[in-house]
This record gives sequence, C-alpha cells and structure tokens, in this order.
Amino acid sequence: MPCRRAGKSLLVIGLLTVIVPGLIWLTLWNGTVHYLPYYLPCPETFSMKLQYAEEKPVQLFHQLFYPQPRSLDQKRKDVLTLTPWLAPIVWDGTFNSEILDSAYKPLNLTIGVTAFAIGKYTRFVGRFIESAEKYFMKGYRVNYYIFSNEPQAIPRVQLQSGRSLSIVPVKKYSHWQEISMRRMEAINRHIADVSHREVNYLFCLDVDMVFHNPWGVETLGEMVAAIHPGYYKVHRSQFPYERRSSSAAFIPDSQGDFYYGGAVFGGLVKQVYEFTKACHMTILADKANGIMAAWQEESHVNRHFFSHKPSKLLSPEYIWDDTKPQPPEVHLIRFSTVNKNYREIRD
Amino acid sequence: MPLAGDGNLKVISAFFLIPRQADLDETFSVLPRMSYAQPFLDKPQRTDVLLMSPWLAPIMWEGTFNRDILNTQYRQKNLVVGVATFAVKKYVRFIEGFLRSVNIFFLSGHRVNFYLFTDHPEKVPSMKLAPEKRLFIIPVESYSRWQDISMNRMDIISSYIRNRWRYEVDYLYSMDIDVQLFEHIGVEIIDTLVGTISSWQYTKPRENNSYERRPESRAAIPRGEGDFYYAASFYGGSVSEVYKLTTACFKGVTEDRANGIEAKWHEESHLNKYLLYHKPTRLLSPEYYWDDELIRPPIIKVKRLSSVRKNLKEVRS
Repeated sequence: MPCRRAGKSLLVIGLLTVIVPGLIWLTLWNGTVHYLPYYLPCPETFSMKLQYAEEKPVQLFHQLFYPQPRSLDQKRKDVLTLTPWLAPIVWDGTFNSEILDSAYKPLNLTIGVTAFAIGKYTRFVGRFIESAEKYFMKGYRVNYYIFSNEPQAIPRVQLQSGRSLSIVPVKKYSHWQEISMRRMEAINRHIADVSHREVNYLFCLDVDMVFHNPWGVETLGEMVAAIHPGYYKVHRSQFPYERRSSSAAFIPDSQGDFYYGGAVFGGLVKQVYEFTKACHMTILADKANGIMAAWQEESHVNRHFFSHKPSKLLSPEYIWDDTKPQPPEVHLIRFSTVNKNYREIRD
Repeated sequence: MPLAGDGNLKVISAFFLIPRQADLDETFSVLPRMSYAQPFLDKPQRTDVLLMSPWLAPIMWEGTFNRDILNTQYRQKNLVVGVATFAVKKYVRFIEGFLRSVNIFFLSGHRVNFYLFTDHPEKVPSMKLAPEKRLFIIPVESYSRWQDISMNRMDIISSYIRNRWRYEVDYLYSMDIDVQLFEHIGVEIIDTLVGTISSWQYTKPRENNSYERRPESRAAIPRGEGDFYYAASFYGGSVSEVYKLTTACFKGVTEDRANGIEAKWHEESHLNKYLLYHKPTRLLSPEYYWDDELIRPPIIKVKRLSSVRKNLKEVRS
C-alpha cells in the first residue's frame, strides 16, 4: 500500500541521513575540529587589491669614512646576531647608523606608526609622541596614526617638520581583551583605506611605552618582529604560546623559534597588510570555536611568525619591560613600558 | 564573551558541520612540520667570525644557518637560478670537472640553468645532469689577450640578461670555470646582490687590499675607503641587480681602455668599486671561493668551492 511504502522509504531516508553523516564523521574525525569563519564578518578590505607605492631598493652609498669591517672581528660575541634562517637580529654594536642613513635618507621614505589609545590609554599618548619625536627615525618623514575612541582626549604635541599626526576614530569594545585583539582588523582596514598610499614602512607599537634611545632605520625590513624581554633565555617549551590544539594559534611544545612581543611589529606596508589580515583571520577562527588565545593577539602574532618567519628581528633593546633589571647583554634600552596599574586602566 | 570554552560549544557545533582540516591549512599556509634545535638568544653559534656587515647584510659561514628551513622557504617561491660561466681556449679542459661537481653540489634539488660560453662547443663532454639542472652551450669568440677575455665577460653577461635571461631566470650568478665544488652550496646564496669575500684578503686591513688606487682609472678606490675585497670568481644576485653591476663595470672597463689604462686586477677591480658604493645584501665567506694555493686555516671550516690547481702561465697562453 502506498502509505506504508512511503512510510518505509521515509524511514530508510531518515536513517540514512543520520547514519551516513555519522559514518563520514567517524572516519574523518582525527580528534581536532577546525572551522572556516565563512559566516563571520570579514572586513571587505580583505579582498581588496591595493596599489602600493613602488618599492625602493637600497642602493647607492655615497663616500663615507668609517672603520673597516673585519672578517674575523665579531663585535657582539655574547649574543645571537643571525637566526637559522639568516634574518639579522639587531643589537647595539652590530650596525653602523651612518652607513645605513646614507643609504636610506636619499630614498625619501615615509614611515608610519600605529598606536591604539582607547579609553584610559589616551593618557599615554603625550609621552609616547614626545619621546618618539626625540628618538624615533630622526630625520625621516613619520606619520603617527593614533587610533582612539575619544579624539578630543588626545593631547596636541608639537611635532618636527616632516612629521604628522592623524587620529583614527575606532569603537571601544567592552572587554580589554577584545579591544586588544581588534587592533589587527583596525590596522588592516586603515592600511587599505589610507596608509598604503602614505607610507612605505609601518610599525605597529603599543602606546603605553616610551622611547629612551635612538630607534633608526636599522629596524627597517620586509617583516620585522621583536623578541619579548621576558622569555629570550628560556627553552621553547616554556614560551607562553597558546598550547590548546583547538586554537588556531596553537604551537606544540617541541616547536617555536622565539617568543615575539605583540607590542612591536612592522615592515613594508604590503607585508604588514598581509600579516594583520592573517592574524585577524585566525582570531576570527578562534571566535567561531569559542576560544580566546592565552595572550590574545600576541599568541596569534607568534603563530604567524612561526610559520612565516620574519626577515629581521629586533633584540629586547627595542621592546623592554622597565620592571626587569637591565642585564649585561642589553647595552641600552630603546623602547620600554611605562609603569602602570593594569587593573585601574583596563576597566 | 566565551573564554576558553572549548568543551560544550565544540561538541554541539561538531555534530552539524563536517571538519575541514585541509581547508584551514590552505588558508593559513602552514609551513610543513620541521623539527630543529631551538636558537637561543644568548648562545651565538660562532664568535670567531663576523656574521653581519655593518649595514646588516648576513655573511655566510658554516654553522650559522639551517638549510632545511631555507629550502622550505625557497621552494615556496618557485624560482629559477642561472649560472654564467666561460670556458675559452685552454680553459675548456676544466669543463668536465666543473659540470660534474656543480651537478652534485650546487643548489642540489633546485632548478638551475647553466649557461656555458665557449669557443669550442665541440669539446664540451656530454654529461647527464640532474633533472632540475639544464645546460645551455653558447658559442662565443675568444680574444688574444686573456685579460680581455676576462673583462669582456661583463659585457656578454649584461647583454644576455637584457636580451634573454631576464625572461628565463630570477637570479643570476657568474662563476669561474676553473673551479670545483667539494661541499654543498645551497639557497643561502640567493639574495638581491651577493659578493664573495676573497680568500687571499679576508684578513687584510683595507690599506693593504688590492684595490685599484690610481685615480686615472674608473675602478679607483681612494685611501681610507673600502669594506671587503670581493672575488670576481663568484658573484651574483637578482637579474636586475646583476644587470646594473655588469653594465656599470663594463662601462668602467671601456672608459679605462679609451684612456689607455687597465685596472690592476681587471674586472675584479671594477667589481670592488661597484660593491663599495652599492653594498651587497648578502656576503659569502671565503668558504665559497677558496684559492687552492692557500693553506686552509681552521676558521674556514668547510671548503665548498675551490679553484683547480693549474699552471697559470701555461693555461693562459
């Protein structure tokens, strides 16, 4: 009878829709699950093709007088100055600023700096900019991009010629972790909208820090990362990487080169664009899985620098923590944290 | 906002979606898993030699790099490297030894086009090369003076880049033919502009370097200037940079000839002047061109490429 046959086929179909996916699931399950964030809002900037200012090769060095480099005379014998993938690690004593300036100055570069001053963090902008005016890329054109939810709270600081400051309005999220992690998306969007036309190199710095010593063109490179001051002597298994395999920022115990600080990264604006895009995508993937990485976007920065190794590393001179005593290998501190009460400013 | 809640949420969502591990890997281009020793910031690999020039160009010395990581990064870029070498007159006797050793040790596993310029194409031995290596034999005329043969290489390289090689290769290296490889030379040499530090002069102060000093020559380097003394036997870089280098050097050679002067070490003098004012982005230690007449000190841990012993007067006649 048609009713019973229909009922039987319905039953068969019903069982198949449960059993077949179940079998597929059992065979493909390997213990971990990952999802693509198709249904999460990716900024439209991710699919834009940007026209960058033409990349300028470092070329002609004019006549200069300086001590001869000697093949058997390594100045810094106490520290690693080259990574296994041949990226220079910039320490005091490894470079000659005069030679580098003579190569870079004629290129008429503009260097961008992004810093996020949201909520109570606006109080750090004054000292950040003042110290940058004294020490950051002196003699070069610099554009400061201060991202803030309160443009009127940003103090007006006197800038030298060739340097400009613009305030980028952003929204304030409810949790400080969210604010921190959304920086990648904001930087990426800003590059697509504005800075890819204005700068050649871009540095993304934390604003609650101050420059104490020169930071020059020795730091320029395709993709630049800085080594976190707290972990540069420990074994990789003790790096505070994200260790849960369900996170997209996961790095296993046996892997990893260095622990990089999220407070400093940069490079050619094209590379920073791709880097922030990749970081934001992994942050979104984690959101889809309901997980937040151990050190927010710093964990994602580390994950990405592990698979796409930076072309230049900055020693902890460039990203210091003032609460730490200065060890002998750190000859001078160029950029370091400002002492603050975290609980008070993060609410 | 859910924090670290990988338990319940995952199980529920997992039931309705099919996992796509491969998709995620593709999106985030994960480097294949590799295991290697951790680099420690307070433990330098070598302290006896200079590892970076003052303009932050790395210098290639044994023990400072991990070729596995470099190979993995290199393979993702799908590059082709060209090598130009000249075997004219009696130098054809070196072809077999050269080809045999580069086939094994030069950029092993990667695509290389060897462009062999010779005035005796019939004397090139037929040899089976590795699958990624290709040999192009190009007939060329010889000159009566060996110095002219040597210096005109710059001109030939420059015009071949302009007419042909810029479409065929990404990086181009010039190597002497009278050499053999004894140890691997790999992708650590690939960079925008690369010079090799001379094995004869790597310990000398700049006043004693064999730079051309006569101001009448275009290759002259004034006293008080100079970084390293570079060997013309092995240099290279990106096709556009090598084009600029060879064009500039040959222009210097031509102008010198018009003024009736010849630089002390021929095109090597011009090369040194060029690399002083257009600093290389990477340097190769004397491991990469060792003159066989020298006794090798322990600091040169590996002899990768070495000149073949010969009677200079005889072979140049």
